[in-house]
Amino acid sequence: MPPNSRFDDPDKLVDTDRGFVSREIFVDPDLYKEELEKVFTRAWLFIGHESLIPKPGDFYTTRMGEESVILCRDKQGIVHAFLNSCRHRGMKVCRYESGNTSLFTCPYHSWTYTTDGKLQGVPHFRTLYEGLDREANSLVSVAKLAIYKGTIWATWDKDAPDFITYLGDAKIHLDQALDCRDGRSGGSEVVGVHKWIFPANWKFAAENFLGDTYHNPSHRSVDLIGIGPSAAAGKKGRRDDELEKAQHVWISFPEGHGVHSAIQPEENEYIESFLDNPVLEQYFRHCFEERKRRLGEQARLLPFVGTIFPNTSYHGRQPRGLCAWHPHSPTSTEGWRFFLVDADAPQEAKDYLRRYYMRYSGPAGMTEQDDMENWLYATAASMGTVARRYPFNYQQSLGAWTKDHALGGTVSLQITEEIARGYYARWKSYLRGAAWDELLGVGGNLPQRAAE
Amino acid sequence: MAAVLETNAPSPTGSAELPRNDAYYRLRADIEEFLYAEAELLDERRFRDWLNLLTDDISYFMPIRRNVKFGQHGERENTRTGIGISWFDEDKWTLTKRVDQILTGVHFAEEPLSRVCHMVSNVQIKKVLPSLGDPREIETRCCFMIYQNRVEYETYMFVGKRTDVLRMTDDGWKIARREIILDQNVLLAKNLSVFF
Ligand code: FES
Ligand SMILES: [Fe+2]
Repeated sequence: MPPNSRFDDPDKLVDTDRGFVSREIFVDPDLYKEELEKVFTRAWLFIGHESLIPKPGDFYTTRMGEESVILCRDKQGIVHAFLNSCRHRGMKVCRYESGNTSLFTCPYHSWTYTTDGKLQGVPHFRTLYEGLDREANSLVSVAKLAIYKGTIWATWDKDAPDFITYLGDAKIHLDQALDCRDGRSGGSEVVGVHKWIFPANWKFAAENFLGDTYHNPSHRSVDLIGIGPSAAAGKKGRRDDELEKAQHVWISFPEGHGVHSAIQPEENEYIESFLDNPVLEQYFRHCFEERKRRLGEQARLLPFVGTIFPNTSYHGRQPRGLCAWHPHSPTSTEGWRFFLVDADAPQEAKDYLRRYYMRYSGPAGMTEQDDMENWLYATAASMGTVARRYPFNYQQSLGAWTKDHALGGTVSLQITEEIARGYYARWKSYLRGAAWDELLGVGGNLPQRAAE
Repeated sequence: MAAVLETNAPSPTGSAELPRNDAYYRLRADIEEFLYAEAELLDERRFRDWLNLLTDDISYFMPIRRNVKFGQHGERENTRTGIGISWFDEDKWTLTKRVDQILTGVHFAEEPLSRVCHMVSNVQIKKVLPSLGDPREIETRCCFMIYQNRVEYETYMFVGKRTDVLRMTDDGWKIARREIILDQNVLLAKNLSVFF
C-alpha cells in the first residue's frame, strides 16, 4: 500500500480465515485507485470476441479497467488491442463502437494510425517534426493478447503468465461456456452486447457470478411466474430443468477464479426442458446425445456460472454469455454482457435463445433487474461512517471444503462463500503487489492457508 | 418550398405526408387522448388494464443504439427487431410476464413500486389506413419523457421517440406495434423496469 493510503495493510481488510471482508473495499476511493493500478493493469481481462471483428480492418471499441481500448484486426489478419488515446494530446482516436477502417485518424490534429496501431501520418511532418520516432509514438499496445476459443483477452503486464496458465484448472469450466452445445470445441458467436451503468461496486457483480447460489431468494418473483423454456406449458422457475439431478460443485481456484458447475449422475440422461417448443426440444436433445457421444465421461460436467479473476463472468448454459464488469468509480460499474450462441445453430434455436437472453438478463431482464437492485442498495448502505466499521460476513460454510477432488481447486459440495473467500484472498495478493507465483497460487496454497 | 407544392413529397421518414386538414386534426386529437389515457394507466400502476390496450400480436421493441460513422446511421445505428439482442424485442406473452412479475410484490427492482410519470408530446400521424375519413389502422409518432423515481434518491430520465401502430377494434384503439427509440447508447440506468 502506498504511504498516502489510509489502509496500510490489506490483511486488516480481508480476513478469510475468520470470514470477514471490510466494507471499505466496496466503497473507498483510495482502494479503488489501488485496484485500477494493481489489479486491472496486471490480470488478464476479457476484451472481446473474434466474431465481432471477423475481417481485416474490423475494429471493436472495448475497455480495460476504466480505459477505452481499440480491438482491431489488422490488414494481415492479426488481432491487436491498444489504448484508445492519441500519443499527441490524448484525444480518443476512435469514437465508433465498431466498424471497418484502414486508418484511425485523430480528430484533434490528424495524426493517423494504421490498423496495427503504428503511427503513420503526422501533418507537416517534415517541417515540424524532424526526427520524430514514429515507432515510439504508436498507440499504446497491450503487453499480451490471447485468443481462446473465439474469446479475446489481454493484459498490460509483460510478466504475466500466458493466458492458459492464468486460467489454471478453471479452464475446463470456462470451456463449457465456449464450446458448442454438441461438444465440439469452440464455435460460438456473439449475437449482441448489452452496455449499461449501475451504481454499485464492480465486485458485487463479479462475486455474484462466482457462485453466490445463496442469493436465490432475490429471484423469487421470476420463479413464481415462470419465465423458462417450459413456462408457457405451465412450469414455474426461471430456466430449464437440466441440472435437476446433478451434483452441484462450487470451486475456488488458487488464481482467484471461482465456478459453480454441476456433475450429472452416471446414467446422465437427457432431461426434457423445452416443453414450449418441440423443435427446440429435439435440437437440444440431439446436442445432448451428441455431446455425450463425443466427450464420454467428461460430458457429465456441465457449467453453470463462474468468474475469471478479476471481472470476467460467464454463464455457461442459459443465458449463455460473458460479462465484463468495468469499474467506473468506487460505486459505479459499466456492465458489458456479450451473449453467445453456437454460430452454426439452427435459426430457430438462435431465435429462441436471444429471446430468452433478453427476458432473463441485464437491465431489461426480469431476473437480473433484482440483482442490480441488491447491488445498488448494498453499495449505498455500506458507505456510512458507522456502516464502514462493520465488515461483511463471509462465514458461510467455513471449512466445508476439500482439496481432494478430481476437478482440482478447493471444492465444496454445499452452497458456500469459500469461493468468495478465495477470490478476496487473491485480491489481497494483488493489492500487496505480489509476484506472479503468489498470484497463481503456485505451491497449491491459497494465501490464507499459507498464513496458518 | 417545392416540397409543400408536391403533395406526394416524401417526408423524412419516407412515407407520404398526410394533408393537414380537419380530418387529420380530429384524428390526431383522438389519438393524443388515447396516448394520454394510456400514459395515465401506467402512471397509476394499472398494469393489467394497460395490457388490455395491447393487441394479442403486439410487437414491443426497443433497439440498442450504437455510435456509428456518418452515413451508416440508417443501416447500423439501431439493432433490429427479429435479429440479435436489443433492450426489448417482446410479444404479449413476455409483457404479460413482466406485469405478473411486478404484481408478485417481490420483484425487488419494482418493490416498493417506483413513482413514474410518462409525458407524451410531438404527436403526429404518419400513416392511416384505409383513409383519414375511416381510420382503422394508423401509425403515429411521438416523443416521450419518462421520469422514474425510486425509493428515496434514485431518479432516472428516459427521453426518446416512439412509433406506434394503433389498430381500431371493437373495444376502441389498441396498440399493435411499438418501437421505442431511447436516446442513449450505454444505458444510463441500472434497470429498465418501467414500461415505455
Ligand atoms: S491529439 Fe491526436 S493528433 Fe493531436
Ligand atoms: Fe442473480
